[in-house]
Amino acid sequence: MAALWHSTFFLVMVLLAISRPSLASQAGNDDLQMGTEHRTNKGTVNGTENLITTLPIVTWNWQEIKFPYLVALWILVSWLCKLVFQLNPSLTSVIPESGLLICIGWVLGGIIYWADKVQTFKLQPFIFFFYLLPQIVLDAGYSMPNKLFFSNFGSILVYAVIGTCWNAATLGLALWGCCLGGAIGDIDIGLLQLLLFGSLIAAVDPVAVIAVFEEVHVNEVLYILVFGESLLNDGVTVVLFNVFNAFVSLGGAQINAVEIIKGIISFFVVALGGSLVGVIFALLISLLTRCTKNIQIIEPGFIFILGYLSYLTAEMLSLSAILSCTFCGVCCQKYINANMDKRSVSTLRYVMKVFANGSETIIFVFLGITAIDPSIWVWNTAFILLTLLFIFVFRFIGVFFLTWILNQYRLVPLEFIDQLMMGYGGLRGAVAYGLVVLLDENKYKEKNLMISTTLLVVYFTVMLQGITMKPLVTWLKVKRAAVTERTLAEIIQNRTFDHILVAIEDISGQIGHNYMRDKWNNFEERWLYWLLMTPSARKSCDHIFNIFHKLNLKDAMSYVKEGERRGSLAFVRNETKADVDFNKKFSGNFSAMMPYIMAENMGSDHVPVSSILWDSVHSVCLDMHEKDLKMRESEDFNAHHLLEQHLYRGKKQHRHRYSREYLEVNKDKNEVQEIFQRTMRSRLESFKSAKMGVNPPKKISYHLKKDQPQKMPNGKSTDNRKSHAYGKEDLEFSEGDSASGCEAAGGSFPMRAHRGAGIVNPAFNAEMDPMPAMQQILPWLAEAEVDSSAVVPSQRAQLTLPCTPSNLHRLAPLHLTTHSFLLADSPATQDTSEPPPPPVV
Amino acid sequence: MGTLQSLSDEPEYRELAEKTGFSFEQIGILHKRFKQLSHNENTLRRADLDTIPDLACNPIRTQIIEAFFDKRNFHQNGDGTVEEISFEEFLVVMSHFRPPALNMTEEQREKVRREKLRFLFNMHNTDNDGTITLEEYRHVVEELLSRSGALGKETAKGIADAAMLEVASISMGHMEPDEFYEGITFEHFLKILKDIEIETRMNIRFLNMDTTTLCNRDSSSIR
Repeated sequence: MAALWHSTFFLVMVLLAISRPSLASQAGNDDLQMGTEHRTNKGTVNGTENLITTLPIVTWNWQEIKFPYLVALWILVSWLCKLVFQLNPSLTSVIPESGLLICIGWVLGGIIYWADKVQTFKLQPFIFFFYLLPQIVLDAGYSMPNKLFFSNFGSILVYAVIGTCWNAATLGLALWGCCLGGAIGDIDIGLLQLLLFGSLIAAVDPVAVIAVFEEVHVNEVLYILVFGESLLNDGVTVVLFNVFNAFVSLGGAQINAVEIIKGIISFFVVALGGSLVGVIFALLISLLTRCTKNIQIIEPGFIFILGYLSYLTAEMLSLSAILSCTFCGVCCQKYINANMDKRSVSTLRYVMKVFANGSETIIFVFLGITAIDPSIWVWNTAFILLTLLFIFVFRFIGVFFLTWILNQYRLVPLEFIDQLMMGYGGLRGAVAYGLVVLLDENKYKEKNLMISTTLLVVYFTVMLQGITMKPLVTWLKVKRAAVTERTLAEIIQNRTFDHILVAIEDISGQIGHNYMRDKWNNFEERWLYWLLMTPSARKSCDHIFNIFHKLNLKDAMSYVKEGERRGSLAFVRNETKADVDFNKKFSGNFSAMMPYIMAENMGSDHVPVSSILWDSVHSVCLDMHEKDLKMRESEDFNAHHLLEQHLYRGKKQHRHRYSREYLEVNKDKNEVQEIFQRTMRSRLESFKSAKMGVNPPKKISYHLKKDQPQKMPNGKSTDNRKSHAYGKEDLEFSEGDSASGCEAAGGSFPMRAHRGAGIVNPAFNAEMDPMPAMQQILPWLAEAEVDSSAVVPSQRAQLTLPCTPSNLHRLAPLHLTTHSFLLADSPATQDTSEPPPPPVV
Repeated sequence: MGTLQSLSDEPEYRELAEKTGFSFEQIGILHKRFKQLSHNENTLRRADLDTIPDLACNPIRTQIIEAFFDKRNFHQNGDGTVEEISFEEFLVVMSHFRPPALNMTEEQREKVRREKLRFLFNMHNTDNDGTITLEEYRHVVEELLSRSGALGKETAKGIADAAMLEVASISMGHMEPDEFYEGITFEHFLKILKDIEIETRMNIRFLNMDTTTLCNRDSSSIR
């Protein structure tokens, strides 16, 4: 709680900092202008070009910087608010974040009003529609689950189009009826204006819906229905708004059948045209990403700019911008994800989320701030209450009625509880507010009443319904989304379903969803992939393969982690090969050296490695430990972190070369050399100390093989083939083993000839070494063994090879591929002349 | 339409409707389709299904066709395959894909679920020994990926192995190093697919409207 108060205080301070200068600036504005005038006068009078008498060291440039500064501060403040909320999860679990943000908006608005005596900040429709909304819509489209969306497309369309029209019409008519009945009192408003009001407030708002529904994890069908509806009906509502706005301008008398038909036509043209613009831009984006390989840094930028352009273009053509942007995102996601570099894709995702989340936050805060302004509030209890009531009631009626119709046709009917949630999830939001502010005050006498009603409706739905949504979901036992991670087996089954369903439709002679989807997929694979994807992306666009690839990567990472846990650098150093397709890479290598391993391994320990290794055995040997399974599920992040931590870090890790075009990975030769030299030096050092009969400065761990429980280091790997690539033969990964193995097998490494040329790590190879060598305990290592319980050996110490310099020379040719060994040798031999390090007590 | 109406009066149809849950109209349409596929014979052979043009690009075509000739799917206690099937058997196999009724009890739902999964299981378990062995599973994955040629057999094998290991680890938990996982039993199969709502997914829409004439899927070119 202390943190909360602390940050709240900070927020208030920031806010005061914003509002004070604006207050001061207004007061001091005249003064300043006077001053400049005075100065210019003086300058012209004197005829000199030098306007200032002395050089000012610092000047107060508030006026020039005011606008961008305020924008930046606002963003900062909104994000800080979010930060504060996340600090105490107990609060956000009760009230949804959007509601909290509105509350913060009220507080901030209050402070500003108190400081300025007038509401300086308002949510301007222009800013809302052109700077805040597009990224939210683009993000929603881009991260839309396409398959789900299109398989429910019919239902979504029905809800979005018919549902919205129904809401708009019924609300307008009902309010008009109440007006005529005299329930509302004396207000200057006609049927058309009420219909307009109904249409702008009819639409469920995507921003509010996403904000609330993301926190309650309802099942995916319900989610996509509400979410899809909210996205598409924004388009519808804008169209309706424009049509009615035009009608109001025309005046009641001018409207005849022709105009109404025109309105209906315009509705379809605007909606379909907007979608078409979006699709065209999606094609453009996909085509463009085909050839942006060489400018990866600005690759994600193209998506944003073209997405934004799709919005603007549609707006320019007076088509539905929201629909355009949505469809742009929906259509291009598959292709750009395949075409772009992986890093660009994740950048795009992140930045998209940053923008969307940021503007969502700002929208809600400003919705709150806007309310603290007495000049917009016109209170009419009957009007406001009736509006709220009608919105609520008609939404439910509409949903139930439409679902009843849809259920006649839906393969999987919507359940009653889902319908309830859909009705209750009809949150209104900023789009309605943005539209209502757009109204012309001269035409709409009751504009302020509309604004205040809209604001109240937004507050009511976002706050009250938002808060009660979560308990309601729990209480009604709404089917939740499955949170479990999908397994590969499930994915395979899913794919099988799809094919089976298509086949059954084919056989039974029905034209159904599956049939259509299959036809579309074929078309897509044949033409669209060819047109829109790079050839390399085309190859790897298979879904199952991608999942497999991902799992492989994960495995590799946990594999590294495991190796790291056991303290072998051999793992870590080979990490870079982790994302290689293991099958192809190692099957060749391994089969070549299998005989050796088998022959040498079977003698000493009897682990049935063969069961996994040979493909002729039709069962999976399950030498899996449960913890390994858990490790596999560990987050990518963790693994990355680990990798990062334990990879070599040379002195000059970053070359400080600045480039706007490339993010350079350090491939400096010198650095590799440096690393190698240091490794060798430390090896020699610890060797010396070992030989002198003292504990080495860095402790060498030596795990006697037999002490360890038999563990397959690679049990967690789901892919057998990968597993035998490294140390299948049940060796411990601690360096002591490999070191002694190395010593014993010193002269001839049987496998070495079979390894790929790139693998030169001695430790790595040592692991492949024959067992008998392990049994020997080298005399100088015997005492180090005592320490083995307390090991956290440093990487380099572990790599230490207890070899004499002559041994080193013997090994040398094996390492020649790195080119740096010989160079490393000279400083290393120099080291020998130095006195041994002091013994560690 | 008139012919369909008269067909529905036949006692044979009533019996079929009771047995499979299809409506008379649906049975009528499917019967028409059956005739169309079998060239007006009373039985259907593999070759008849093989020649459906739309099936040609389905990667698991053979498995699906095989399922139609598998005695295990006929709701009779028998196994093995048959050479030709009658209309009744055709309908029974089809009925695995009927959408669920609107209001089902939990037990009914579970029953439907088991039936559907059993169908899938039988499809993978070709030798009817109660388990899907690694060999069989590999075969499935290989066929599944056969259309995306770039991946190749090796990958398919790898994926199958990975999935199998996953299944093993889910269903068996800890196992000793020298233990073998024989294959997926039906119980395990239920377990791994418990998150997939099969009863709402493995359905197709059987229209009451006749669309067979709309799609050219008959082997008319051969005739």
